[in-house]
Amino acid sequence: MPEPWLLRALLAGLGVAVAAGPLGAFVVWRRMAYFGDATAHAAILGVAIALGFGISVTAGTLAVALAMALAVSGLAERGHGMDAALGVIAHSALALGLVAVSFVQGVRVDLAAFLFGDILAVGPRDVAVIWSGAAGVALLLAWRWQALLTATLNDELAVSEGIDPRRERLVLTVALALMVAVALQVVGALLISAMLIVPATAARALSRSPETMAVWAVVLGALSVVAGLWGSLMWDTPAGPSIVTAAAVIFVALLPLGRRR
Amino acid sequence: MSGEAGALIVAENLRAGYGGRVVLDDINLAIRPGEIVTIVGPNGSGKSTLLRALLGVIRPISGRVRLAPGLRIGYVPQRLAVDATLPMTVARFLSLPVRRSRAETAAALARVGVAGLEGRQLASLSGGQLQRVLLARALMSHPQILILDEPTQGLDQPGEAAFYRLIEEIRAETGAAVLLVSHDLHVVMSASDRVICLNGHICCEGTPQVVSEAPEYRALFGLGTGGALALYRHEHAHHHGPAHPAAACEAEEPDHA
Repeated sequence: MPEPWLLRALLAGLGVAVAAGPLGAFVVWRRMAYFGDATAHAAILGVAIALGFGISVTAGTLAVALAMALAVSGLAERGHGMDAALGVIAHSALALGLVAVSFVQGVRVDLAAFLFGDILAVGPRDVAVIWSGAAGVALLLAWRWQALLTATLNDELAVSEGIDPRRERLVLTVALALMVAVALQVVGALLISAMLIVPATAARALSRSPETMAVWAVVLGALSVVAGLWGSLMWDTPAGPSIVTAAAVIFVALLPLGRRR
Repeated sequence: MSGEAGALIVAENLRAGYGGRVVLDDINLAIRPGEIVTIVGPNGSGKSTLLRALLGVIRPISGRVRLAPGLRIGYVPQRLAVDATLPMTVARFLSLPVRRSRAETAAALARVGVAGLEGRQLASLSGGQLQRVLLARALMSHPQILILDEPTQGLDQPGEAAFYRLIEEIRAETGAAVLLVSHDLHVVMSASDRVICLNGHICCEGTPQVVSEAPEYRALFGLGTGGALALYRHEHAHHHGPAHPAAACEAEEPDHA
């Protein structure tokens, strides 16, 4: 039986992998990688606001991530040049968050924990929050799965079948905000989009259908969590970055398979 | 236009565009059950905008679009850019957005002449195969109207002719109306009951006179522009004013048929 803190770390990481797998698949298919980045960076601002007002950090990051995601998808709908605009928004939000945190009086904030996560310090309540959020994301995606896939393929085709592509975008936006809010403690703001993108991209080589790709993304994400935590204990490396490093190693190992396509 | 009871799709005084720029104006049309209507026009004439407005992807600036209640639409997009990161077999694609049985999928593929493609990845199909798979998917819901956006782009001329024959057969079998858009003016004839010439507004509409089973006609179809030139010339010659009566279009065509 592993130590309780290690068990909690494992559970927290696996929870993140369960949500990040299918959500990451959509992020990859729809080329929304930038979007995950921007939302995650804005979450730091949410941390500052939560600490300033004395509300829960999860609630604060969820609110700010949601606001950020809505603003960004609103911009995208109006056809703004997303690349530069997102860069401006994402980095401003991150910087503003860091500045704001420094103004919070009386609380000693370990910023590195929010930037890179502190999976080894999660408590039982955190695990419960992470799994609730992950289950929420997974259920939301399962519920809208067919409509989301149709809207991902072609907007007009979706509309002709009575599906509103804007509504499906909103579903993904909400799922992304939820994911960011619960994953912040585990892998941190800077690595959240890595957990979304790396396992899903690695899963492509193993998959012939959208469903198998989502499942493989979960499996590879879970494998990364286990391997990353193990490596972190073995070599005394930071846990969050170790998990992402493990995911990257898996991605590289699977690259030759993708060549067959 | 009034008196369109029973029509599947009606546009009334439709004005549409993007970000304040008017692309289409003064569009009145009705698609009735079972008829094949072809919309032709040069690039930039607003064909795609019209389809998007009829489908409800964009909201009209003014005027309105009415669909028959519960209308089942089978839409065939101009192309389907499947991202390389998205694995999708033909069978899986036919089960979007409604799950279909294996038998239904196989029957639809066989009907459009590409039986046995179920296990292939969408990204690996040729242009002609993909076009037929898109059509098969559109047929899965037993649509009352098929809407096809430039369905033969990228096909060679025999392929194009075969595709339109297939559309005709399907209309005859299912009674579905067909609305198709083309910039390729020499395909307007054949099976169309009505042709609508579009260039920012409806220039003219009417029954194409060129429909014929004659060998001369088939030769024309193969060679391309002959029959089409007539429409084309007509389209650019007239002044841009309110919609012309249907007779304007028909009167010019027999000379060139």
